Amino acid sequence: MRAAARLVRVLGLPVALVLAWWAVTAGEDNFYFPPPTTVATTFVDVWVSGRLLDDVLPSVGRLLAGLALALAAGVGLGLLIGLSPRVRAVFEPALEFLRAIPPPVLVPVMLLVAGVGDRMKILVILSGCLWPILLNTVEGARSVDEVLGDTCRCYGIQGAARIRHLVLRAASPQIMTGIRQALSIGIILMVISEMFAASSGLGFAILQFQRGFQIPEMWSGMVVLSLIGVTLSVIFRQVERRVLAWHQGPRKRERAEGVRDA
Amino acid sequence: MLDVSGLKKTYRNAGRVVEAIADVSVHLEAGEFVCVVGPSGCGKTTLLRCLAGLLAPTEGDLTMAGRPITGPSPGTAVVFQEYGRSLLPWKTVWENVELPLRYKGLARSRRRELVTEALAAVQMEDAGAAHPWQLSGGMQQRVAIARAIAYEPQVLLMDEPFAAVDAQTRADLEDLILSVWRRYEVTTLFVTHDIDEAVYLGQRVVILSASPTVVQEDLAIGLPAERDQLTTRADPLFAELRAHVYGQIQQAKNRAARPSPTPAVGQGD
Repeated sequence: MRAAARLVRVLGLPVALVLAWWAVTAGEDNFYFPPPTTVATTFVDVWVSGRLLDDVLPSVGRLLAGLALALAAGVGLGLLIGLSPRVRAVFEPALEFLRAIPPPVLVPVMLLVAGVGDRMKILVILSGCLWPILLNTVEGARSVDEVLGDTCRCYGIQGAARIRHLVLRAASPQIMTGIRQALSIGIILMVISEMFAASSGLGFAILQFQRGFQIPEMWSGMVVLSLIGVTLSVIFRQVERRVLAWHQGPRKRERAEGVRDA
Repeated sequence: MLDVSGLKKTYRNAGRVVEAIADVSVHLEAGEFVCVVGPSGCGKTTLLRCLAGLLAPTEGDLTMAGRPITGPSPGTAVVFQEYGRSLLPWKTVWENVELPLRYKGLARSRRRELVTEALAAVQMEDAGAAHPWQLSGGMQQRVAIARAIAYEPQVLLMDEPFAAVDAQTRADLEDLILSVWRRYEVTTLFVTHDIDEAVYLGQRVVILSASPTVVQEDLAIGLPAERDQLTTRADPLFAELRAHVYGQIQQAKNRAARPSPTPAVGQGD
């Protein structure tokens, strides 16, 4: 009963929206806004066959590669900057400047530097996803609790051990926030980078459909994009629940018991 | 075992030099339990942080077992007041107690032995798999004590460890720390602002003056070695010592409040 109620809550609005779309488009014969049934059949025809391998996989691959690089670079640099006030003083103004550049602008630059291949697209995704992860890691690393820091010093947890057992874990809520922001930026940049000089990928496919007036196909591409977004966010939430159990546990308890003093 | 002579600590604060500790000398024999009390803001915590190697003294010699204290040492364990912020929240109770031992280079079997024994000594043997946030404040502080004693320190430093728990838990923890001290025979320096607690626990009570701090009095507590919440606190000698310490602290406060040629600036601790 409870599960059913939850299902209604989660799926209610999407189902209603699709039904509304259907109701509005069913009778008409609008070229630009086909009814959901047409999009659904097109979806199966176009994507379940060859395009899944030819376009979706390369797109997702580049997205994941860009995200992984952004994670490694963002956390690595973020720790370096967050842990040292001196490094921070040198880097912070430059970072503020660099992060203000909208990443899509970099596409033409990257085209010149990295060519038209995967490398350019991965670099564009990296250049956008780096900032939220980097800046959140800096924030997380510099705000490690003082008492915890002293405790680790007292008990000989220094250097790499300190970063592993204290700083990374203490900063993990902020790092996860950064990754969540990077995910949505990454999907946007994945599509945009594929709209320039590409021969495969979702952005390329959608643009191609639009130019060929294959409107239901174009719409179905967008459905694929949102499905990728939803899937990534579900996976992310599972990972987050695991990584931040220590962080969410006490909060859940507090909410259940009402506000309590420390 | 622990020797502080001529400790002086000044801070530079917004261009002004603030003298927190003027001249403090304390000596602890091996296996002794000494409490440090003083008016609030008198630099008790500063003293403890210097002894822990977390803070470099401006002047003075600090030695442990004859060796100068230059930084945190594997021979020293510290229990902080803020139990909620001194256990790693992402690790279980067991991992919290074990982690320092790992970086002390102890073998796995020895670590297991030490952790088991320490958790048993604080009556937390069943809580190994729990996370700190699942425990009450008193239980978290027990885990912090277990972590300290599992570390096999020569010196145990405690910074107002029971200031943030309720009165009943506090009495339990006081008796617990006495039993742990007897069992492990560890030299203990216990900082507190609670006069009753200092007299109840200590073999000696060191009373500090207001900042800039000097030792106001080093008082031997002549109570029987076995302490008990009921009988010890009902002992006339307990009441007398308590009143004496109270009087000393009041004196220290009043002296600080009077204007003097070199105005003393309170140092928060």
